[in-house]
Amino acid sequence: MFRSLFPYDPFGEMDRLQREIQQAFDLSPNIRGFGRGGFPALNIGGTPQTVEVYAFAPGVDPKTLQIDLERGMLTIAGERKSELTEAGKQSTLHINERFAGNFRRVISLPEDADPDAVDASFKDGLIHISIQRRAAAQPRRITIH
Amino acid sequence: MFGKSTQQSSSDSRSVGNFNNGNNGYGASSTEVARQGEQAQQGRSARYANATLTPPVDVLEDSTGITLYADLPGVPKENLKLQVEADTLTIEAESALAAPEGLQSSHTEVGLGRFHRVFSLSKELDTENVTAELTQGVLKLRIPKAAHAQPRRINVKVV
Repeated sequence: MFRSLFPYDPFGEMDRLQREIQQAFDLSPNIRGFGRGGFPALNIGGTPQTVEVYAFAPGVDPKTLQIDLERGMLTIAGERKSELTEAGKQSTLHINERFAGNFRRVISLPEDADPDAVDASFKDGLIHISIQRRAAAQPRRITIH
Repeated sequence: MFGKSTQQSSSDSRSVGNFNNGNNGYGASSTEVARQGEQAQQGRSARYANATLTPPVDVLEDSTGITLYADLPGVPKENLKLQVEADTLTIEAESALAAPEGLQSSHTEVGLGRFHRVFSLSKELDTENVTAELTQGVLKLRIPKAAHAQPRRINVKVV
């Protein structure tokens, strides 16, 4: 009965397949959603001296941007205003793929991250946060006399 | 894509990634691509040398033209290439992300630094007068409609 009501749509099937594959790869389905795929997209890495976080947040008003570090949790929050609402009813919306609204993402930092030595910059819609690792945790070679 | 994260307000959820779909808007959202992208970033492996991301866009049309917004994070003005050729608009951009030396990547959602997207335009659009602005990683493109396609109000003479 469903088939006759809703004829076969290859694009709908592709969407369904993509979601099924995504679910199959997610081994512990979490009620809070996937670990990836939010806004802003995050790339995280580290060097022996620092922890580097890159957040891709184009078009975010720097005044609304809040970056907090509390008990080893780094929070990036802010708001991206929609250009669509101010355009009003005079225009037709053809494609709407960009994120709009409030956002908040939380990252837990490694234990050796130093909350007092954080440097954040915002350029071309890219937030770069660099957190120094504590000197005590850095690898040292002990010389033998 | 269903369950798209646009228009979604999520001010109070305290989780990493609180959107219901694994789509961060940059097209290449699968883990596989992200993982391969890491390799591409490190070694610029030949296989992914030409791989690109599809930037998310908003397209609005009003009576005088079309406005396009595209997300191109990390792209400075000089790395953006816009081309209009025979009713085809091509957006090409490359991010100028300079990673510090010895960076070991542990989590990657944007695995590539190049963006590419193509749109076909219609005849009534005036491709000679396209204007573009790039502010904080957002491209705003305005394509006006040709004079003959502009709306005109015809005055009715009352006799």
